[in-house]
Amino acid sequence: MSGHIAVVGASLAGLRTAEQLRATGHTGPITVLGDEPHPPYNRPPLSKEILAAPGDHSAEQLHASVAFRRRALVDDVDFRLGRAVTAADLEQRRLTLSDGTELGFDGLVAATGLRPRRLPLPGPAVGRHVLRTLQDCVGLRGELRPEARVVVVGAGFVGCEVAATALRLGCRVSIVEPAGAPMNRVLGAELAQAVQRHHETAGIRFHTGRSVAGILGREQVSAVDLDDGTTLGADIVIEAVGSLPNTEWLAGNPGLDLGDGILCDNLLRAAGADRMVAVGDIARFPNPLFDALPRRVEHWSIPADTAKRAAATLTAQLAGREADPTPFTPVPSFWSDQLDLRFQSFGSPALADEVRLHEGDPDHLHGGVLATYHRRSEHVGTVAINLPPARQRELREAFTALAAAA
Amino acid sequence: MKVIVDLAKCQDHGQCAIAAPVVFQMDEEGKLVWDGNPDESQRFEAEEAADVCPVQAILIQD
Repeated sequence: MSGHIAVVGASLAGLRTAEQLRATGHTGPITVLGDEPHPPYNRPPLSKEILAAPGDHSAEQLHASVAFRRRALVDDVDFRLGRAVTAADLEQRRLTLSDGTELGFDGLVAATGLRPRRLPLPGPAVGRHVLRTLQDCVGLRGELRPEARVVVVGAGFVGCEVAATALRLGCRVSIVEPAGAPMNRVLGAELAQAVQRHHETAGIRFHTGRSVAGILGREQVSAVDLDDGTTLGADIVIEAVGSLPNTEWLAGNPGLDLGDGILCDNLLRAAGADRMVAVGDIARFPNPLFDALPRRVEHWSIPADTAKRAAATLTAQLAGREADPTPFTPVPSFWSDQLDLRFQSFGSPALADEVRLHEGDPDHLHGGVLATYHRRSEHVGTVAINLPPARQRELREAFTALAAAA
Repeated sequence: MKVIVDLAKCQDHGQCAIAAPVVFQMDEEGKLVWDGNPDESQRFEAEEAADVCPVQAILIQD
């Protein structure tokens, strides 16, 4: 049996799943549905190269420089863009789109990803930004002029990258973070504080342990009030306070667990559904590399890895075959470029209860630092800062060995 | 098969050298060197390398 597969979500995870459905032998029709008007594109440059690219560019021009290449493998895949899926009836196997049309399916791929969390504060809309889509980036680009006062709320990786780019463009940049030093949850306190000192030396001002109490201004943002009574003058506020899974379209289907993304088994099958898989940021699945607890993983490597496995699972199900039972043990990895630092991470450093510094000096991050992350002494993550790329294989292989043992 | 790398985009992340070590290598200075006309037997790895490039700087042509 071939059957029609609907892929809901047209970003990296949706695209890679469509490719892998063909690569794993699914011959029936595939429809990819996306709410953004643009064909699939690469998001990481939006906080860096694309945000900083000089000159006036239309969204289309900027899109062209980040669009994923269209492989011949998906020539016959029907991409329907610019409309969202608003509801799914898993029993009737039918989707409802924002333009009112309906679409039946035999197999379903959930690839709707995340949207930025917003600060629950009133105030003017002009000057307030988030950064997730190309359209967000286009809006922010126009306002990041030299001397602009920029307040970034949230010192996670996205917040720090945007702050670094804004600083490079000549803006006056502050970061407000309630939880402590930047990227603390992933890096651990010692390295996070070292990164803060590094970024402060470059000119970024940090307000850690503080949260935003109010956003001021009439038609446009003029200042931000912190919870200790400090007022920061601001032309631009960038909210980088995490994300929310886009799962509302699946509401009302009994059996699904949408508590945090979509609960899946290790083969990416959605719990409580038949012939449905989830991929990318919204898939909450157990990775035996670490333990049996299902987690969502917001790393760039995960869409491609989950796409491969989910496509194989769904192709087998539609063909009436057993899904490959080999445990799925992807090594999460991501990178981040901030000022003159490149962070490279393998595994899940955020799970660690202990950080071991192996190379380098936290006071000279630029010269290269290597740290490993351990949970109950077991190696769960590695972070390299400014280490030569030739060494990445060795760092990654520490985890492929773990995967073989899992 | 032709392998083209857009050096204006390439930032020496080195992910391609992990995915397709026969086609791509990082030299001692951390710069990318690659085989522009690899054997057809390298297609799967080369496509994989193009997919995992963080800045999508690799193009595979038939």
